[in-house]
Amino acid sequence: MKEQANLNYINSLSGGDKSFEIKLFSIIKKEFKIEKNIYYDNIKSEKLKLCSENVHKIKHKISILGLEKSYKIAEQHENNLREGNSALQDKFSDILNNVTNYLNKL
Amino acid sequence: MNCIIIDDEATSRTIIGELCSSYKNLNVVEVFSNAIEAIKYLNQNKTDLIFLDIHMPDFNGFDFIRTLKDPPYIILTTADAEFAIQAFEYDCIVDYIVKPIKPERFKKSIQKVEGKLNEKVTATVTDKKKQQTGDDFYVNINKRLIKIDIQSIYLVEAKGDYIYLKTDNKNYTVHSTLKKIEEKLPDHMFLKIHRSYIININKIIDIEDNSVLIEKDVVPVSRSNRPELMKRLNLL
Repeated sequence: MKEQANLNYINSLSGGDKSFEIKLFSIIKKEFKIEKNIYYDNIKSEKLKLCSENVHKIKHKISILGLEKSYKIAEQHENNLREGNSALQDKFSDILNNVTNYLNKL
Repeated sequence: MNCIIIDDEATSRTIIGELCSSYKNLNVVEVFSNAIEAIKYLNQNKTDLIFLDIHMPDFNGFDFIRTLKDPPYIILTTADAEFAIQAFEYDCIVDYIVKPIKPERFKKSIQKVEGKLNEKVTATVTDKKKQQTGDDFYVNINKRLIKIDIQSIYLVEAKGDYIYLKTDNKNYTVHSTLKKIEEKLPDHMFLKIHRSYIININKIIDIEDNSVLIEKDVVPVSRSNRPELMKRLNLL
């Protein structure tokens, strides 16, 4: 079963300020899309060190959305990629799809 | 307190900016997506505080700090806890916050910086007073200016329009006020322990209840000044 994202962290930041929430989601959506595309480009070209940099940025957004288990996988994937190991690529792709679907629904 | 934010992630910059907006005394003057632009800015401008991301491409947070001659206070913001030990190598780093930054954790960081800034102000004031006071001053007695060595003073007592100045060698009666002479005496050596008495704390022999024995004089300590006196003593 896919892990469910939550807005607990964002709510703690915004204190109910809807305009800030809208602004932040818009930035996350835009930035996530770019980072995800760069990540897949680097995976295709097997530039694993660069991929680890991409995962590093993406994992912050995963944590913002309260996806704790996914965050741990992302962290492990980042470390693996730095050492040239892409074993968690499929699991991480599932996480990216989950985040994409969630952000698209907002 | 003026601050700048340096982070290559727009999401982080937005979150830190929002957290800063909750603090009236925290003014975000500039936001940078890379360290190079920030260095250019800091070559021409000063800031009190930097929120600095460690993990940035090409030029990371530590590289950035090493370029600064006189770095302001820095709060490191990072998604990794692994750099925490390295952060201790830099005196300018006040705190290390792991992302996502929680409001309560952010508050602690700001309190740390405020504490550091207050320490700095107190130290500056003390240094100024030290510079102003010097090692001696002159008093006018019967139209003669007599040099008084500050270290030799052990007690100053107010008596009406006069002050009674007791030193290791001689005692003097001077037409002045306790307030005026207090301004001439260094804070680290002298303390007002009563509305009529200032003592040299280095010359205290003993303290009993609400009085101090200094040389051969027993001097009263007022209740309100006693806590400060106790604080200044090097107690075992």
